[in-house]
Amino acid sequence: MRHGKYPFIVGFLFLPIVLYVGLVLWPYLQTFGYSLTNWSGASQEMDFIGLDNYTRLLDDEVFAGALWHNLLLLILLPVVTILIALFFAFMLNVGGKGGTGGVQGVKGAPFYKVVFFFPQVLSIAILAVLWGAVYRTDQSGLANGILIKLGLATVNDPVQWLSDPDLVMWCVLAVLVWSGVGFYLVLFSAAMQGIPKDIYEAALLDGAKRGQTFFKITLPLLWETVQTAWVYLAIVAMDAFALVSSITPGAYFGGGPDHHSELISTYLMRSFLRNGEAGYACAMGVVIFFFTLILTIVSLWATKRDKIEY
Amino acid sequence: MGSATEYNRRDLFKRAAAITVLAAGSSSLLAACAGGTGSSDKGTKAAGGYNLSDAKNPFGVKDADGLEVFIFDGGYGNEYAKAFEAIYSKQFPGAKINHQADKDVTGKLQPRFNAGSPPDVIDDSGAKQMKLDVLADSNQLTDLAPLLDAPYIDDPSKKIRDVLMPGTIDSGTVKGKVYNLSYVYTVFGWWYSGKLFKDNGWTAPKTWAEFITLCEQIKAKGIAPVAHQGKYPYYINVVMMDMIAKQGGLDLMKRIDSLDAAAWDDPAVKTVLDAFYQIVDKDFLLPGTNGMTHTESQTAWNQYKAAFIPSGSWLENEQLPTTPADFDMKFLPMPSLPGDKLPFEAIRAGAGEPFIVPSKAKNVAGGLEFLRMMLTKEASGKFAQTANSLTCLKDGVGPEVQLKPGTASTVVALKAAGDKTFNFQYPNTASKFDEDLQNASGELMAKRITPAEWIKRAKESATKNKTA
Repeated sequence: MRHGKYPFIVGFLFLPIVLYVGLVLWPYLQTFGYSLTNWSGASQEMDFIGLDNYTRLLDDEVFAGALWHNLLLLILLPVVTILIALFFAFMLNVGGKGGTGGVQGVKGAPFYKVVFFFPQVLSIAILAVLWGAVYRTDQSGLANGILIKLGLATVNDPVQWLSDPDLVMWCVLAVLVWSGVGFYLVLFSAAMQGIPKDIYEAALLDGAKRGQTFFKITLPLLWETVQTAWVYLAIVAMDAFALVSSITPGAYFGGGPDHHSELISTYLMRSFLRNGEAGYACAMGVVIFFFTLILTIVSLWATKRDKIEY
Repeated sequence: MGSATEYNRRDLFKRAAAITVLAAGSSSLLAACAGGTGSSDKGTKAAGGYNLSDAKNPFGVKDADGLEVFIFDGGYGNEYAKAFEAIYSKQFPGAKINHQADKDVTGKLQPRFNAGSPPDVIDDSGAKQMKLDVLADSNQLTDLAPLLDAPYIDDPSKKIRDVLMPGTIDSGTVKGKVYNLSYVYTVFGWWYSGKLFKDNGWTAPKTWAEFITLCEQIKAKGIAPVAHQGKYPYYINVVMMDMIAKQGGLDLMKRIDSLDAAAWDDPAVKTVLDAFYQIVDKDFLLPGTNGMTHTESQTAWNQYKAAFIPSGSWLENEQLPTTPADFDMKFLPMPSLPGDKLPFEAIRAGAGEPFIVPSKAKNVAGGLEFLRMMLTKEASGKFAQTANSLTCLKDGVGPEVQLKPGTASTVVALKAAGDKTFNFQYPNTASKFDEDLQNASGELMAKRITPAEWIKRAKESATKNKTA
C-alpha cells in the first residue's frame, strides 16, 4: 500500500460524511430519542417515558387505519403505475407495426411522450387545484358534470368523490398514478432504447408477435429498471403526504372524511403540529422508518435476478 | 393594503402556496433541526416587578430595548400592525422595531420557541396556529394578569380589564390563567341574503320550527335551504354546539368544556340533535355541499343557490369579491327550540385572533406595553378601517367608521344580545376532542351516522381526552 493513500481518500470524503452525519443520521437518532419522551413540540421540557408511545400506537385505531391505507397504496400504486407505464413505453418504442424499416413505435410517439410526461412537471399545489376542480362534489365538478350529462348521476345526488369514505382512497390513488405514469414511461423508454435493435429484429424474423416480444425480450431486459421503479414508488406510497394533505377533507393536513384517507404521515403531522404530541409523532416516524427500510430490503431481495449482459 | 383580501383561515391550497416573505432570524436556522438547544429558563417575571399605578409606563419598558412583532398574515392582513408599531415608536423612539408577517406561524416560530428565543409579540392565528394549550402546557406564555390590571391609556382611571368586551378574558384563559389577548371580536350564526328574502317575502325565523317551515318553503321554490362548508365540518359543528348551549344553558356548556363525559347524557343534547337532524333528514342541504370548501360553498350561497349558511362574522370580509352589490348580507342568531335556557338573542360571540407574549421573549415588558397600546380608541379605529372588523375594546369604533351591511347587522345582534353571549373554550383547550367532534359532525351531515351515534362518539371522545 502506498504511503498516504488513506488520508488522501479521507480528505475527499470528509465533507460529505460530515454533511451526511449532521443532516441525516443525527436527526434520525434525535427522532429515536424524542420518541421515548412526552415532548410537546413547543418547548425543551419533556420527560422520558420509555416505550409508552409505542404501546399507545398499538391501541390507536386511527394509526391502524393509517397504516392500512399506506399498505393499500404500497401494493396498488407500484403495480398499477408500472403496468401502465410499461405498456405505454412498449407501444411508444417497439409497439408499432413492424414494416420494412424494422422496429419502431406507434405513430406520433414523440408527441405522446411529451403529453404523458406533462403531469410530472406540475407541482403538487397545481395538482391539488386541478383535481379539486375535477372532484368537486356538486354539478360544477368536472367528473360530476360529465356523469350528470351521461345520466350516471343526478344534480341532486352527485358523486361525493373525496368526501365519500369508500371512494376517497381510490380517488387519491388515481391522482398518484396519473401524475406518476409519465415519469416511469420516460424511464422505461430510455431503458428500452438501450436494448439493441438486432435482438428485436431477430425475434421479428422468427415471427414473434408484439405480446411475445414484450414478455420474452423487453421485460427481462428491463428488469433492473422495473426494480428501481418499484422501490421509488414504494417510497412515494409510504409518504404521499403533500397530495393527501392538500386535497382530502379535514382542516389540518386532510385525512378525512373521518380518517378515511388518513396516512401515517398526515396523522404524524397533525399529532406533531396541532395536538402537541411531538413525542408520539416521532414514534410514528420511527415506525415509518423501519417499515420503509424492511420493505426496501424485501423488495430488492424478492426481485433479484441475474443480470443480463448485452 | 390588506383590507380586501379574503379570509384564508382554512384555505389549504393557498396555504401551500404561501411561501416565506421574510427572513426569520438566523437563530431559527440553527434551531431548525428538531429540538435545537434551548437556553435555560429565565422564568416568568412576577407581577410584583411592575409598577401598575404608573399610567405612562406600568411595565417599565426600557427605551433602548428592541421589539420584535410577528403577525399572522391572514384575512386581516398585517398593515394594521404597522399602525400599532408607529404608536409604540412615538412612546419609545429609541426602540428598534422588527416587524414580521407570515401565514405559516408554526413553521416560522416552532423552532424559535424550541430555541428559547421567540419574538416579543405574536399574533398566533390561522390554519398553522401554534396551539395555545400546547404552549401554555410548556410554560412558554406570559401570564397577562398584569396587563389586565394596568391602566387604560385613554382613561387611566379605568383598568384594561374594565374596558374589554364580554368573553374576551374567557377566550384568553387557558387552564385558569389569561395567556392571550383575543383582539378581534367575532359573532357566530346563520347568514342570509336580505335581498333574496325580501324578493320572496320570507321573514327571518326566530324558532327552530319556523326555520324548518321556512326551509320547506325555500325548497319548494327550487333553492337549497342550507349550505355548509362540508369539507371542514368546523362550521356546521358550531351550529350544533351553539344550539346545545342555548338549550342546556351555560352550565352544560361549561361541563362540555371541562370534558365531563356525563354532560352528553343531558337530555338537552338529544333534543338538539334530533331537532337539528331534520336538516339532513328532510334533504334541505345543497347537493354536494358536504364535500365543498368554504370558498365553493360560500360562493354558491352568494349566487343564491342556497338560502342559509353558517359562519363567523369574518364571512363578509372573506366574501367581498363574490358578493353581489345588492346582496344585503344579514346575520341570524341560532333559532330557538322549546325550553331553551338562553333566549333567541343569545349568540356565540367571542374574541378571536389571539395575541401572545412568550415568557422567554427578550422584551416581555415591551410586549405587554404593545398589547396595552392596541387597546386604545386610536388603535381600535385603525384596525376597523384597515381590517373591516370589530375589536375586543368596548365601544372601540367611533361613529365615523362606515360599516358594511353584514357587519352592521352583527352590531345590532350584539346590542340585542347584551350580556347574553357565550363562547365554548374547548377548541382552545382540547384540540383532539374538537377534532373528534368535527369528524362526527361531518359524518352526521352525510347521513353516515345517526344523532344517537353522534352523541355516543362525543361522549367517548370526552372520556378519552379527559386528562387529570
